[in-house]
Amino acid sequence: MNTPETQDEPAVVVEGLKNVFGSHVVHEDLDLTVRRGEILGVVGGSGTGKSVLLRSIIGLQPPAAGHIEVLGGEVAEERDPGDIDVRSRWGVLFQGGALFSTLTVAENIEVPLREFHPEIGDELRREIALYKIKLAGLPEDAADKFPSELSGGMRKRAGLARALALDPELLFLDEPTAGLDPIGAAAFDELTRELQETLGHTVFLITHDLDTLYEICDRVAVLADKRVIAVGTIPELLALDHPWIQEYFNGPRGRAAQSAQRRAKAKAMDKIRKAGA
Amino acid sequence: MREWADFTTETAKDGAISIALSGPLCVSSVGRIDTRLRAIEGQVEAIDLTKVEDFDTVGAWIVVRLSEERGAKITGGSEKATRLIAAVRGDHIDEDLTDQTSADASSEAAARGWPSRTVQKLGSIVTGYLEGITKLVGFLGALIIAMGALIAHPRRFRIIALVRQIQLSGVGALPIVGLMSFLIGIVIAQQGAVQLRQFGAEIYTVNLTGRLSMRELGILMTAIMFAGRSGSSFAAQIGTMKLTEEIDAMRTIGVSPMEALVVPRIVAALLIMPLLGFYAAVLAIIGGAFISMFALDIPFFTFLIRIREVVPLHDIWVGLIKAPLFGLIIALAGCYQGMQVQGNSEEVGLRTTVAVVQGIFAVIVLDAFFAVFFTEVGWG
Repeated sequence: MNTPETQDEPAVVVEGLKNVFGSHVVHEDLDLTVRRGEILGVVGGSGTGKSVLLRSIIGLQPPAAGHIEVLGGEVAEERDPGDIDVRSRWGVLFQGGALFSTLTVAENIEVPLREFHPEIGDELRREIALYKIKLAGLPEDAADKFPSELSGGMRKRAGLARALALDPELLFLDEPTAGLDPIGAAAFDELTRELQETLGHTVFLITHDLDTLYEICDRVAVLADKRVIAVGTIPELLALDHPWIQEYFNGPRGRAAQSAQRRAKAKAMDKIRKAGA
Repeated sequence: MREWADFTTETAKDGAISIALSGPLCVSSVGRIDTRLRAIEGQVEAIDLTKVEDFDTVGAWIVVRLSEERGAKITGGSEKATRLIAAVRGDHIDEDLTDQTSADASSEAAARGWPSRTVQKLGSIVTGYLEGITKLVGFLGALIIAMGALIAHPRRFRIIALVRQIQLSGVGALPIVGLMSFLIGIVIAQQGAVQLRQFGAEIYTVNLTGRLSMRELGILMTAIMFAGRSGSSFAAQIGTMKLTEEIDAMRTIGVSPMEALVVPRIVAALLIMPLLGFYAAVLAIIGGAFISMFALDIPFFTFLIRIREVVPLHDIWVGLIKAPLFGLIIALAGCYQGMQVQGNSEEVGLRTTVAVVQGIFAVIVLDAFFAVFFTEVGWG
């Protein structure tokens, strides 16, 4: 079996993180390690600071205490001009897509390319943007549309395309399936999984969607009591005797997602059997 | 025809009253009986619901309140009535939750009387101002650093964004600023002529219009128009970008919002304000010359030639020195307030208002200072 030591250096290491807003302590002594090449899901009740954790890791929220390392280096608050730093090795998909509203989809995707690799010519940059759009499952004619002309689901895909612009080693997704209909959410999950398998990047994913957790996450980190109280596969988490975890995964929605996954697996096995016969 | 709820009371020999409610007991029908129910005096023994036809939570609340206040027993309710009454009583509502919220709210409000609340409010306003000043100075510092970085790496300067801002805030403002200044020029010249005529000094209308436009009004009116047109749009644009996480997205891509959003707007303001201000002053003079043809019988071109004689060159300098400073203040207020937006769209509106008010206020204060200053140094 693999142990963390025998693998590459971890993608993200958070040690002793503390975040405070006024007198409200959001995180205290939070530790978390994201391994290379895995899809890590982060869950937690509302207000447990999932988004704050994400913002801390990507350097938008300077922590009150603690140490954060991303891809082997610390994240500076602002990039040194002209420097290629860790920001060129990650991609971030924000909850609402956070596309630049004055730019078209293709131009949005070109922004990181332009920023980090000004040596790439206009023509190639445009071509890169176009195939990223296809990669994210958007129709080609979306390229020259403005974000306001897209639906919520398409905006997320466009945001994903922008996050993938630089072929990142690490992808952060903030509630990627929130606000999507079940079909759209399932399709997005599948897309996330497929892209991860093809491109081999690490995914850090915040979600409330139990289906997403069951379908695509290799490990799940549970945020509660200002800390990460457990990290592991879902069976490992279920073996723990924490009331919140039990309620979360064994509540009515948790069970529905579980059985949905079993059905999906059985179907897949059927297909394989039929194909074999 | 609406059906109203009704009730009858029965008084037993020992003085205990029992109430029999009838008709629909719903939000649409209880309005009239509530006061009558409250007016019942004496001990209520029982509330009979057998004749109630329909029932909702408002009806349930009235029954619950009555029974709890008077200690009455509820009898004869349908299954739905019993269920709703239990719900309104909060029998199955999560107790932890209700306890917590009510405790929080009551400890905040009940503990303090108005004198200490007033002091507290005053204190928070003062600390709020101090914090605001610190943050604004911090913002100015960050802007200077960003400008410095751009001077060191001029290739990173966003020329397209600058041109776009110049077009939006400068070229786009030409018609309205021009029209406004033209009209202001007319007002000054016409009113000036009326007043000066009393002393037989109508000819000084030219001095009045020319010098006032060049020194004060051209640039001041432009600044106010700039605050209303562009200061507000800076705050609203940047504020909305903050809400939609566009600014965060920029940071994660490595684009500095300071360089990409703030610097082009500030530089645009610095460049266009002197031009707009001068343009406004010229149009005010043209407006004055135009009305003088009718009010004073001074030919148009004679007025303009006379302007050259009575307006000293330093009047133009006074206007041109003030202009970039006013632009800087207004653009800074707009961008700063935009960057401070957090939370919700109401905040965008609020910050936009603050940006415009702060900008105009600071400009007028500064203008008063400059008026005295330039006169004292001999540019009177």
